[in-house]
Amino acid sequence: MSTKTTFTGHRGLVYEEPLIFERSRDGACGVDLPEPEGVASRLGGMERQGGVGLPGLSEPEVMRHFVRLSQKNYSIDAGFYPLGSCTMKHNPRLNEKMARLPGFSDVHPLQPQSTVPGALELMSELARWLMDLTGMPAVAMSPKAGAHGELCGLMAIRSALEARGEADTRTRVLVPESAHGTNPATAAACGFTVDAIPATEDGRVDLAAFEAKLGPDVAGIMLTNPNTCGLFERDIRKIADAVHDAGGYFYCDGANFNAIVGRVKPGDLGVDAMHINLHKTFSTPHGGGGPGAGPVVLSDALAPFAPLPYVTSTGGELRLVEDEQSSDADPFGRMVAFHGQMGMFVRALSYMMSHGSDGLRQVAEDAVLNANYVLASLKDVMTASFEGPCMHEALFDDRFLKGTGVETLDFAKAMIDEGYHPMTVYFPLVVHGAMLIEPTETESKETLDNFIACMADLAKSAKAGDKTRFENAPELTPRRRLDETTAARKPVLRWTPPAPAQAAE
Amino acid sequence: MRYLPLTPDDRQQMLGVIGAKSIDDLFVDVPEAARIDKAFDLPPHQGELEVERALSAMANKNTAAGSVPFFVGAGAYKHHVPATVDHLIQRSEFLTSYTPYQPEISQGTLQYLFEFQTQVALLTGMDVANASMYDGSTACGEAVQMAHRVTRRNKAVLSGNLHPHYRAVIETTSKFAGDAVVALDADVSGGEDIASQIDGETSCVVVQYPDFFGRVADLSAIAAAAHAEGALLIVAIPEIVSMGALKTPGDMGADIVVAEGQSIGNALNYGGPYVGLFATRQKYVRQMPGRLCGETQVVDGKRGYVLTLSTREQHIRREKATSNICTNSGLCCLAFTIHLALLGEQGFTRLAALNHESACKLAGALEKVSGVELLTPAFFNEFTIRTPKPAADVIEALADKGILGGVPASRLMPGNEAVNDLIVVAATEVNTDQDRAAYAAALTEVLS
Repeated sequence: MSTKTTFTGHRGLVYEEPLIFERSRDGACGVDLPEPEGVASRLGGMERQGGVGLPGLSEPEVMRHFVRLSQKNYSIDAGFYPLGSCTMKHNPRLNEKMARLPGFSDVHPLQPQSTVPGALELMSELARWLMDLTGMPAVAMSPKAGAHGELCGLMAIRSALEARGEADTRTRVLVPESAHGTNPATAAACGFTVDAIPATEDGRVDLAAFEAKLGPDVAGIMLTNPNTCGLFERDIRKIADAVHDAGGYFYCDGANFNAIVGRVKPGDLGVDAMHINLHKTFSTPHGGGGPGAGPVVLSDALAPFAPLPYVTSTGGELRLVEDEQSSDADPFGRMVAFHGQMGMFVRALSYMMSHGSDGLRQVAEDAVLNANYVLASLKDVMTASFEGPCMHEALFDDRFLKGTGVETLDFAKAMIDEGYHPMTVYFPLVVHGAMLIEPTETESKETLDNFIACMADLAKSAKAGDKTRFENAPELTPRRRLDETTAARKPVLRWTPPAPAQAAE
Repeated sequence: MRYLPLTPDDRQQMLGVIGAKSIDDLFVDVPEAARIDKAFDLPPHQGELEVERALSAMANKNTAAGSVPFFVGAGAYKHHVPATVDHLIQRSEFLTSYTPYQPEISQGTLQYLFEFQTQVALLTGMDVANASMYDGSTACGEAVQMAHRVTRRNKAVLSGNLHPHYRAVIETTSKFAGDAVVALDADVSGGEDIASQIDGETSCVVVQYPDFFGRVADLSAIAAAAHAEGALLIVAIPEIVSMGALKTPGDMGADIVVAEGQSIGNALNYGGPYVGLFATRQKYVRQMPGRLCGETQVVDGKRGYVLTLSTREQHIRREKATSNICTNSGLCCLAFTIHLALLGEQGFTRLAALNHESACKLAGALEKVSGVELLTPAFFNEFTIRTPKPAADVIEALADKGILGGVPASRLMPGNEAVNDLIVVAATEVNTDQDRAAYAAALTEVLS
């Protein structure tokens, strides 16, 4: 890359952009609001003291600022984003358009139910799709994201144990070593202790070790399926039966539902609760880290404990049950104000209706086909952690880099220079230097072929000792590697006005 | 299917490379009994036009806030959002990226998060803020958990005038975590004595500001009482626009401030997605939940931003994490940041003034209606009235007349006879003199 320095600091289309606080000018404003008429205040003497300290910018300045910021981001729309476990698939804009219909976006959660029959209909219709696709009899719609859904599922389990009089004795939750970090964090937040289950050499739950851990103090298991190694847990029925026989429940982390939607119903696998990340499988946009939505499907054993609120139907009329008094079930409580991520519900239903029953099955098949194509094409170039077939993601480790001096992180950073978002790295924890590639079904064969060729070329470079291609990477980005150690040691978490300039001496 | 690029030929070629005869070969690990061979009892794929038609039909059954005189609040508020906001958040680079795990190609997201954190700290009068929670209620639940970690105690004392949903979220979280909650009864008179409930076992006191009924009151004495017992003061703000007019919780001694950020940049969306704001004192930063963005430098000396203090988080700490949160409210944060950037100092304080004025005018009109009593003498953009008829009936009758007149307190506090005749009414900059006059006229009719 050219090392040319520029007068402005900008480099062609890559702009240096200060913070909004550094662009501020007194008197500039990006909105035109009418002057207040001066009605007597009723703030009761609680007026704010002094200014807020917000910057002043006009509308064009705000527009340019955020457009320039956007240009520093990688996105699915611009390129391949094989971030394992995150299901970065195409986000259809029809869904955005539907979510912005005033009948959905401009309705208040507490306006009379008689004025929102269409909102209840949408929630009920989405619930029907989710229950049908998973083969489960109930769904709790309000959880705000996957981890929140996990919490919902474990709270339902805890409540079911409570109803059996076993909440005090069944306090241990089994969680595979390969699980997402949210699983143990959730179990702990729900008052359980966490007991890790080791993996077998073929990347699945060690059945013998699992069975040895079962006992009268076990509340249940949290198992991701397909698991975080991208593999279907072959013994899943045995695991479900064993945990049920031992008096526990089966929580399934549904983060990877995209691999099996339309081909497998989790209800047939003995699952008691499973969250569905609408922002993964059902393509609501990831938005730079949210918002998500994590409805939880529940078995008959857990359904009575589903949290408030929920939609029910009496005589064909839909009604939102918001409090215990009006509930004929035994809800464990409330997880959130209002009714859940309605904006995401609309997007997800729009996506489901577009695909239909046939298209969703094709989603799983193409997602799995694409991942296996990557696995087959790269297994002799990189080191595949496990034999195929895989499901929707292919897991590699760093054995192919052994002796090259290049580490997984360097390899990932070099991919950035090649125009790719790296795969998930160093997760799952069960293999060394993990590289988890999830192509999703919305990538073409051409995209995959180009990616495979690039990965092969990088691997060849690493083996040939071209360390600079990796150590210095990325070199072609708006910023090169950042000093994360200092960021954590001396955290600077907000802008503060510069100290007044000292008088020159 | 329009979203799937693979052609039948592609699929055949790819199966060949894999060495599989059919797609079924790739699903061999699925137990046979769980394989589904036929389509579901759900409709087949549809074109854009058909989907749009079906969903529009559902949407059209709802009464949009913008189509009627609208005065519903109680935790979510109807405000005008500039067109620029929705344009910018739909840019591909914001909409279709994920959590900024690779900072070199995520500086856009990271920089706006840094700006967002700064804005939230300024609004609340606190030192630092995180990169958002799901919403105000879950932020409030997390604040209580954080106070327990800081104080190593586990009893929370909740004001009776905390939003009942916020209270329910705390109670639910606490029940499972094995923590104690003391919740006072709702008291619209403003006479609540929360200080007397604080003792040496209290971890935190949670109050809402303005409170559920809209009342504005000084919190300094509560802060002092909490601190005297070694407890923290958590302040929940359901309407963040109020911070353009009111003394900040930071100024009154709050230790943690949580807020619902929906009012800035985000639509009502029937309850979500929203954006939870979370701010605290610098000394508690390592006990915070959620993601934090920090400033740092590149080797060449350039300034940049990264996610930081990750050792608090679930992906590193697992069962010892400060929270299980992963995905937060990224895009809603962005909408908040952009809208607040457009408002700036001048626009934000003026917006707050207009909201207060709108509510003052409405209160003035409603208190003249025969039989109506205004119960909150000091308020921001929301207040509570007592009506001579059950509030739920009044609200339904108003809705029949095409006016969405507020929230009957009984909807959120069922079983509490004392609030059956109370309506929580919100007014914002979107309400016109005609809207307010229409409300007063309709209420007069309904009550006559």
